[in-house]
Amino acid sequence: MNEPRLLEANGLTLHFGAIPALVDVDAQLWPGEVLAIVGESGSGKTTLLNVLAGRIRPDSGVVQYRAPDGEMLDVHAMPAPALRGLHRSDWGFVQQNPRENLRMGVSAGGNVGERLMARGERHYGDIRAEALRWLAEVEIDADRIDDLPRVFSGGMLQRLQIARTLVTHPRLVFMDEPTGGLDVSVQARLLDLIRSLVARLGIAVVLVTHDIAVARLLAARIMVMQRGRVVETGLTDQVLDDPQHPYTQLLVSSVLAA
Amino acid sequence: MTSEIGGYNFAYLDEQTKRMIRRALLKAVAIPGHQVPFGSREMPLPYGWGTGGIQVTAAVLGADDVLKVIDQGADDTTNAVSIRRFFARTAGVATTTRTAEATVIQTRHRIPEQPLREDQILVYQVPMPEPMAKLEPSRAETRRMHGLSDYGLMHVKLYEDIARFGQISISYDYPVMVNGRYLMSPSPIPAFDNPKMHQMAALQLFGAGREKRIYAIPPYTDVRSLDFEDHPFRAIRAPHPCGLCGAEDSYLDEVVTDNAGGRLFVCSDTDHCAERRACGHVGDDGVAEAAE
Repeated sequence: MNEPRLLEANGLTLHFGAIPALVDVDAQLWPGEVLAIVGESGSGKTTLLNVLAGRIRPDSGVVQYRAPDGEMLDVHAMPAPALRGLHRSDWGFVQQNPRENLRMGVSAGGNVGERLMARGERHYGDIRAEALRWLAEVEIDADRIDDLPRVFSGGMLQRLQIARTLVTHPRLVFMDEPTGGLDVSVQARLLDLIRSLVARLGIAVVLVTHDIAVARLLAARIMVMQRGRVVETGLTDQVLDDPQHPYTQLLVSSVLAA
Repeated sequence: MTSEIGGYNFAYLDEQTKRMIRRALLKAVAIPGHQVPFGSREMPLPYGWGTGGIQVTAAVLGADDVLKVIDQGADDTTNAVSIRRFFARTAGVATTTRTAEATVIQTRHRIPEQPLREDQILVYQVPMPEPMAKLEPSRAETRRMHGLSDYGLMHVKLYEDIARFGQISISYDYPVMVNGRYLMSPSPIPAFDNPKMHQMAALQLFGAGREKRIYAIPPYTDVRSLDFEDHPFRAIRAPHPCGLCGAEDSYLDEVVTDNAGGRLFVCSDTDHCAERRACGHVGDDGVAEAAE
């Protein structure tokens, strides 16, 4: 645990009016690690994700990211162009609803290639080859490359979003309920895909989910949130098998057995 | 020609408005390709007919200037004739149809074939100043993209064209990078004219009246058409000589001549064509000047 951290947050506090969304939250993420944030609706999971990704500014607290050159960057103090640069190369963001991230009027290949072009790739053949490689990676047939996303199924859209996000080989990916709204068999395949990609590419992931099973499958460490506070944190198996906090105990015991 | 009419300030607009437009123009020249907002006025012609261009022309016009107005390359179309007469009557300036004689040229959809000089100003009428308008509906977002030089989206459009048609299919309003920094709409000129903007000796001013934006390219500025390394930009031209003057390097209009599929290709730049014919060039469908 003495390895340098990839992402570190200290004392994050954020109020929406009188509502405390985050109260003194600390978080650490090491390179290549998957961290799950679980909790019920309204517990501040997605807010925390947005604050970590620099999309929402906290009332107080600091989020620091270790750049590839080893320098610690203050995510909320860096200039907008630098943050944008991070978001389009070093970082990725996978939304619960893929329609928010994808361009629905642009073909699958164009969607995957956009981040490459934003980074400055200017060779059509290379961009197309890379798009084809990534479609294969997420199990979308090569002959669908010129189809518009609106003719894709929900599961395919989510896989396309993952290809679009990972094409620039980010070091850190934020995922907001990536399996939400999908039926269980599609969910299982998607989880399998995410798990193998993340392990193979060594990507660090901050994963928000309300599904304990998803957290158990993907994450090495887990943070349990309730009303904007982190009530319990630790190794996933440890926390889920032997929950200490009453709320975690409630959460674990509420899972339906199939 | 028509005589000057009374009751209006020189060149129609009042001096305060012209100063406001000139301030926007100065800022636009200082930041090549950047869209500068300005307080566009109601003009006595409808939006889409050149309200932006006419305000810019009014702001830069001096009493000694010689004005030329072209519409799709032609000096004799309604829009060109009306705007030329408008300034002849409200400013009393001399007007011409000859590119070489003009000091200010207001244009819609073309750049004259004849290379422009340092002492000339080219004023474009612009319907839609935002090059990414059709790709990103939010104006706030496109402004942010300009600010951060985040132009991947425009290349996505080019990618889509090649994926679908095998080539970049934009034939007019082909997006350009100005001075290596700002993505800019060249107004709906044919892609054929894009290379003329690069390192042009004349000052180029763009006015969009309805959208209330002004932008500019100072003389001798780099203007590059967007493309891919393996799909370079090509200036598209109909593969014919001009039927009247025989020119093989000018941009052509296709004119339907009868109901039996007859076609005539003629220079879209009428002044260029007339001058060539005056010098004795004759195309296949033309008549020698001496015979008239």
